[in-house]
Amino acid sequence: MKPLYLLGVLPFLGFFVGIIFANRVEPYVLGMPFILFWVVLWVVLTAVVMGAIYALDPTNKGDER
Amino acid sequence: MNIALIIIAASLVLAIYLGVRARRGKDMDLEQWTVGGRGFGTIFVFLLMAGEIYTTFTFLGGSGWAYGEGGPAFYILGYGTLAYVTSYWLMPVVWRYAKENKVVSQADFFVSKFGSANLGVLVSLVAVVAMVPYLALQLTGLGIIVSTASYGTISSTVAVVIGLVAVTGYVMISGIHGSAWTAAVKDVMVLAVAIFLGIFLPLSLHGGFGPMFEQIEQAKGSEFLTLRGDYDVTWFITTVLLSALGFYMWPHTFGAALTSSSEDVFRRNAVILPLYQLILLFIFFVGFAAVLSVPNLANGDLALLRISVEAFPPWLVGIVGAAGLLTALVPGSLLLMVSATLLVKNVYGAFAPRMTEERTVFYAKLVVPVVGLAALYFTLTGGQSIVILLLLGYSLVTQLFPALLLSVIPATNGIVNKFGAAAGIVAGVAIVTGLTATGQTLGTLFAWLPEGLHTVNVGIVGLVVNVIVMLAVSAATRASTAPAEAA
Repeated sequence: MKPLYLLGVLPFLGFFVGIIFANRVEPYVLGMPFILFWVVLWVVLTAVVMGAIYALDPTNKGDER
Repeated sequence: MNIALIIIAASLVLAIYLGVRARRGKDMDLEQWTVGGRGFGTIFVFLLMAGEIYTTFTFLGGSGWAYGEGGPAFYILGYGTLAYVTSYWLMPVVWRYAKENKVVSQADFFVSKFGSANLGVLVSLVAVVAMVPYLALQLTGLGIIVSTASYGTISSTVAVVIGLVAVTGYVMISGIHGSAWTAAVKDVMVLAVAIFLGIFLPLSLHGGFGPMFEQIEQAKGSEFLTLRGDYDVTWFITTVLLSALGFYMWPHTFGAALTSSSEDVFRRNAVILPLYQLILLFIFFVGFAAVLSVPNLANGDLALLRISVEAFPPWLVGIVGAAGLLTALVPGSLLLMVSATLLVKNVYGAFAPRMTEERTVFYAKLVVPVVGLAALYFTLTGGQSIVILLLLGYSLVTQLFPALLLSVIPATNGIVNKFGAAAGIVAGVAIVTGLTATGQTLGTLFAWLPEGLHTVNVGIVGLVVNVIVMLAVSAATRASTAPAEAA
């Protein structure tokens, strides 16, 4: 288990713990109720987190492509 | 026949034509018919894996839930995202094992891992049962599309039957090659239609996204846009978790994953696929735009098409309907084909091991209409909304997850044996079926539980019982059958 992989916990925290606090309409962000903004934000952040893991994970170096 | 129906019928003919063309010049043995000869490159695997995002479930069900329930619909954005995160670690291990042991399906995976042909039969049966509501929701969607686009001249019951005939005929003619080709056309079309509707409708009807939500808030209360009642935060968390864990347990998704050319595909997809989901946002916008424009629909799943009928000329309704048709046809055909193949190859085949490939294909084609009729019965008698149908399917199929997970983690491999796996799956499925059939939840059964636990998804309740039974039975049977049992 590489320490890098702990980053993979972040999306779960964002959706499962975050939603407890994000279950509200105000404030609106980008025209969206806060809860929708929060969910969309975490979809994007998940891609960022997984992109970072992918880029830094030695497993993905060299073997394929 | 109006122009909308003509466009929808033309797209059906085109889809069948693509399927027939893809088939020409190839011998249709079992591999060809079901897994496309394992010759799919990254793009097709990507499309097949991303396929669920673009099924009727999201197109009509996602907009329908945004329309009817509001905030709870947002769960749909969460579970796929987390499923892809999990897949970064889970699927390469599964894929590697499948490759080393020449495993071509989910049922074979269980047979090989646990050394039990009977477990393969059980897994196949659970998977097929879970796929019936999934298939039913595609038929429900087809029915809605055809009857709405006919402007009421075709009843929804007749429309559902037409939909079933279309899907059955399609799958019997084309197999998965048709699915893969049409999947590409479908994704482009849905992308275009969803983005257009999701931007145009809120802007033209409400003057923007912010104003749209504010007007909804005024009319229906701000509660509507949040999680509350039966669909509260507990429900959201447990439902997202259930669906994320079950995501790859669908035999067609599992099978599609095995057609991947390398394990790197899964890790790359884990980065890209979450973003691919954002299309759902536009689908939600369509549903919300319909809240005030076409109020009081008896069935939320109608929302996207009803608002299209209100806002657009018939030819545009035809294009929207054609996109919807493809979102039902492609996954519907895949589900039909996979469940028919499972029943013949992994259930009947377990008792008739010398069945030739030609026989298997022949029987599978005979079973296709039977499975289709089962789904039709479910569609016409159930009458549930699309999202509820999929949640039922997920509650069932996710019961396969615990045994699979513990068998692929090196540290826990061997803890669960075939008896434990089977008992756990049976217990989980029994709990889900029992709770669903009687309409019970944790809250109604155990009112003394803390409020926060009342709305736990029934699938998660089944999963907890599943894991307990699985570990207990494994431990109990290990004592009597050890040590030869260890996988």
